[in-house]
Amino acid sequence: MTCALAAMLASCGGGASKENGREPQELSGAGATFPLPFYNVVFEKFGQVNSDFVAYGGIGSGGGVRNLRDKIVDFAASDAFLSDKEMAEIKNPVIHVPTCMGAVVLAYNLEGVEKLNLSGDVIADIFAGEIKMWNDARLAALNPDVTLPAEAIIPVFRSDGSGTTFVFTDYLTKVSPMWKEKFGAGKSVNFPSGQAAKGNPGVAGIIAQTKNSIGYVGSEYAFAQKIPYARIANQRGELVEPTAASISAAASGEIPTDTRCSITNSDAEGAYPISTFTWIVIYKEQCYSDRSKEQAQATLDLLHYILSDEAQGITSEVHYAPLPAKAKELSKQNLKQVTYEGVAVLQ
Amino acid sequence: MNDKLYKALLFIAAMVMPVVCGGVVYALATDAYAAFEHFGFLKFLTSSEWSYTEGAEQYGALPFITGTLMTTALALLFCIPFSLPVALFVGEYFKGTRIAAILSTVTDLLAGIPSIIYGLWGFYTLRPLIMALNISPQGSGVLTASLVLAIMIVPYAASLSAEFIKMVPNELKEGAYSLGATHAEVIRKVVFPVAGSGIFSSYILAIGRALGETMTVTMLIGNTNNIPESITSTGNSMASIIANQFGEADDLRLSSLIAIGLVLFLITALINMIGKIMIKRARIA
Repeated sequence: MTCALAAMLASCGGGASKENGREPQELSGAGATFPLPFYNVVFEKFGQVNSDFVAYGGIGSGGGVRNLRDKIVDFAASDAFLSDKEMAEIKNPVIHVPTCMGAVVLAYNLEGVEKLNLSGDVIADIFAGEIKMWNDARLAALNPDVTLPAEAIIPVFRSDGSGTTFVFTDYLTKVSPMWKEKFGAGKSVNFPSGQAAKGNPGVAGIIAQTKNSIGYVGSEYAFAQKIPYARIANQRGELVEPTAASISAAASGEIPTDTRCSITNSDAEGAYPISTFTWIVIYKEQCYSDRSKEQAQATLDLLHYILSDEAQGITSEVHYAPLPAKAKELSKQNLKQVTYEGVAVLQ
Repeated sequence: MNDKLYKALLFIAAMVMPVVCGGVVYALATDAYAAFEHFGFLKFLTSSEWSYTEGAEQYGALPFITGTLMTTALALLFCIPFSLPVALFVGEYFKGTRIAAILSTVTDLLAGIPSIIYGLWGFYTLRPLIMALNISPQGSGVLTASLVLAIMIVPYAASLSAEFIKMVPNELKEGAYSLGATHAEVIRKVVFPVAGSGIFSSYILAIGRALGETMTVTMLIGNTNNIPESITSTGNSMASIIANQFGEADDLRLSSLIAIGLVLFLITALINMIGKIMIKRARIA
């Protein structure tokens, strides 16, 4: 009822209508900081097409999902897809749309060490506090060409709940039975040693400033601060650097219809093992909290723009990777189910 | 008529603050209730587990209460050697001179610097120094946070102490001098005993400031959810755990964070109250 009224009021607005027949809209979203550098570019470019304005708050994946549950945003962005339990808590059905792919990198600060190789079980033991020194025999075995210092390792992790932590611990859970049993995967995990900082920029800042530290961050953040990051052995034992190609390779497997899937520890050739999709989550029924039909349309226009070749082309410029064709196709199908007052928005 | 209206308006305006204060306590208490009910009030205060494992969530405030008390106590300790000399300089030795006025203005200026600036200074200047001196490998920790906190609370302790030192009656001091006491003896035997409870209360107010400081501590304490093993270890204070985790928290964790907020509020209120009582006593004396 309120939505119908809002829609009526909006349609009475008149004024110059644009080429796709709707007024410029203001959209608001909140969530993950991991894809923020990509979203900053994409949202601005989207705004140029139809004078729409997208306000995005990088408050963390969990915060974004909570805002969506409280119905105060048009969309939420999250690096961790909603669990079945979260989907149940949110009550109304939602749709996940992957927007790009990214890597969580192990960034480190070691004087004179330009190349570092790591494997999943070694990473798990470092963050569990089992491997304490840089010159540990297992690290030395992975890095025969490098002299690692006899210094204590300082693991750096997130102090706030985060999708990046989820992706990282999801990977560790798959490669280390010890990690699975003791710590598990989640947006907040009890890391036993080291030090923590808030947000991807916070962790990157600490690593850049702290000798002998190592931490996990979204690849773009390591790149922006010019912090070196490690090559990681994947399931096939190949040492892989995070690049657009190696991240895309991780998604070459099956993708479920609702696109909710983890692609960490992929067994594909050349796949970077800590890769992830990052999603935008919207309600299937777009009529809530006085939103107008035009706002619903604008939301879908935005998502279609993100799935377009133009926007996907931007991904690799900002150190993410484009979506595989399958994910785009599935998302376009899923978006057809979006309704406004029960009527499909896309005809 | 006019007078009555004026009185009524004044009464309403004055009542707003107690109502707001009561409202804050009420809101904190209602939202914190779930945590206290789930864990038990005492167990919540004394448990050191802060574990997110779904289904078996355990939230205890002890690591953060410890972190807050450690940073505050250390800050107080580090602040005394700086604030007391300033107070004596301004209030006794160079009382009323130009240089005292300059010094007290500069000290007061410290109070006006935003805490984020202190945090940045601590992060980019003090932290590397602590690493370079090999005091702790990661640089962040209780000690680093306390050192910066100490500088932040110097103006609060120094200006108020100076006021109380100035208030010591001249007759008393002159009496001591006439008996042949040195300047140092006058300060120890006359100024401190007379202004003592006033000086004490000014430090209590400085403590109140240090207890709740959030930004600086969050940037420097290392943000780990364990009881600090030593003063160079990382930890979390009550204010910093709230700042760190509020954005993502819901249900029981949110309630636990609010409960920590309530406990912090009560501790701060208690300490301020002690300070007020001491000031009153100082005035009467």
